[in-house]
Amino acid sequence: MHKTLIRSFVSSLVFLFTFTVAAVAKDVKAAFVYIGPTGDHGWTYQHDVGRKAVEAAGYKTTYVEGVPESADAERVLRQLANSGHDIIFTTSFGYMNPTNKVAKEFPNVKFEHATGYKREHANVSTYAARFYEGRTILGTIAGSMTKSNVIGYVASFPIPEVIRGINSFTLAAQKVNPNIKTKIVWAFTWYDPGKEAEAAKALIDQGADIIAQHTDSTAIVQIAEKSGIFAFGQASDMDKFAPKAVLTSVENNWGPYYVDRVKAVANGTWNQKDTWHGIGDGMVVISDLDSAIPADVRAKVNQLEKDLASGKVHSFTGPIYDQQGNLMVAEGKTADDGMLAGMMTYVKGVEGDIPK
Amino acid sequence: MDINFVGLIITSIMASAVPLILASCGELITERSGVLNLGVEGMMIIGAISGFAIMTVTGSLILAVLGAMLAGVLISTIFAFLTQTLITNHVATGLALTIFGIGISAMIGKNFVGIPGKEFPVLFGSLKDAIPFLSPILFGHSIVFYFAFALPFLTNYFLKKTKIGLILRAVGDSPDSASNQGINVRLVRYLCILYGGAMCGLAGAYLSMIYTPQWIENMTGGRGWIALALVVFSTWNPIKILIGAMIFGGLTIIQFHMQAIGVRIPVQFLTALPYIVTIIVLVVISRDSRKIRLSTPSSLGKSFYKDN
Repeated sequence: MHKTLIRSFVSSLVFLFTFTVAAVAKDVKAAFVYIGPTGDHGWTYQHDVGRKAVEAAGYKTTYVEGVPESADAERVLRQLANSGHDIIFTTSFGYMNPTNKVAKEFPNVKFEHATGYKREHANVSTYAARFYEGRTILGTIAGSMTKSNVIGYVASFPIPEVIRGINSFTLAAQKVNPNIKTKIVWAFTWYDPGKEAEAAKALIDQGADIIAQHTDSTAIVQIAEKSGIFAFGQASDMDKFAPKAVLTSVENNWGPYYVDRVKAVANGTWNQKDTWHGIGDGMVVISDLDSAIPADVRAKVNQLEKDLASGKVHSFTGPIYDQQGNLMVAEGKTADDGMLAGMMTYVKGVEGDIPK
Repeated sequence: MDINFVGLIITSIMASAVPLILASCGELITERSGVLNLGVEGMMIIGAISGFAIMTVTGSLILAVLGAMLAGVLISTIFAFLTQTLITNHVATGLALTIFGIGISAMIGKNFVGIPGKEFPVLFGSLKDAIPFLSPILFGHSIVFYFAFALPFLTNYFLKKTKIGLILRAVGDSPDSASNQGINVRLVRYLCILYGGAMCGLAGAYLSMIYTPQWIENMTGGRGWIALALVVFSTWNPIKILIGAMIFGGLTIIQFHMQAIGVRIPVQFLTALPYIVTIIVLVVISRDSRKIRLSTPSSLGKSFYKDN
């Protein structure tokens, strides 16, 4: 008796919910699918900041957080597409196949997949940010300011995105200071403050006086602050967590792109695109430079930021050699996007092997 | 190798072992009374968010630490009520407690993401450079740090040398005989569960307030499960918990150092090393089957039925 009551109550609720959602689906509605919790203060958090920008622009948004990159993703996508959303942003690499699969079933819904390369249907676009441009700036600052010539780098997982960042950072640092060494520690996590702190401490104990990170939490900059050395923020401006240590941060700024794309759907001008924006388009933002950075370095960095934005300088300009000394990019040439997207080798000057 | 460098590494190891020691020693008392509480991870994360939230709102570190312990007590009260009064299954209830803790901490924590924590005061900070090698190990740590390293010895003394410790072990080994002796089994178990909750809360607060002062979701990162494993592999011996936690913390830290030095061992293997070696060492030092039988609480995980 109880069970039947509860069941009918639940199903009527579900029915009501679907009904209301379908009834108000006249304005453009955007949905966001997140890999992590919005409380990670990193990757997902920044996407959610972008979502709030869409909301502020006057559109309705929905989000689902902590969606695994499995059959669950398909289920969530199908449900979102079914419930009157016009555009769905899937914000993790592993959603690539589910996005394309569900896109086929819903040709009238637009799909936007972050960091992927598959656009199998006309209603799928892809977008990513050239974070490596930001890391060129960080490398320049690190190379100019290190005294021990040992720079620590806490990495997450061995994927092209992270390797590209390490390479771009190291190339820039070597350019201003040929004697530097980049020591890399793989934490094998995107965010676990405890582990990240331990990795950073190990690097500091081994003489690193500047630490860069490709993990999301603020633990590393806090450890740097305590140890009296410098660090760089990741994903958002981390200055308030370590005012003395943080020299600058590379911010992920998705808001403008999201607003742009949702507007395009509203105006009927949305078309399939592959977007890879950097500093120039404002998707990658360099936070305010700390006062600890000397004036000459500051001037150099400001100029570099302008040149990267205008395209006058490219992060991967030849000659670039790999660790064995083989030529990767010839003198005067720049690495093309295909090479960047699949980058799985260290450049010369990076220590150690890439975990396989 | 520089002797100060070794001192620094040992300090890092000890700091990373603190939450494991606190949570394990708490859980050990709970298990010694015959209750298996798998909710360690959940209680830790509740402690982490409570401590951080209270610190941010009130600005008082003492209130925050006490509040985190109280939060651990409160959430374990749910477990105690379910398993002791309503006689539910320990394993299922404990798992539910973990899931509940992770969920509710994320909910409370929404407003506390992206707020920097406060600096926690350290003791003997001025002596930090007084003696090479020893100074960083002995001085300049938070009060929780010193408490954690005293706790295994206190727990050991309590269990072996005090009357209350004896009662507690009796309840865990043979609740029926204990009950016949006039001991209120349910009350003892209630108190042990609440104590375990307090220690897990403190372990969580250490993570969010001292070790890495910030709040992000799931920040305990599975340390509660490691603490649980330590209790079992140490065969319910607090001193061996200390050894196990130091080995686990030690290998985690040392594998990062090996990576930084550039030792050519696959990183995945290095990452798995702490788990493998900790289990092997604890199994080896506790392999005496007679002692295992003696130290395993006989009624562990079994519900006690008696109307009183």
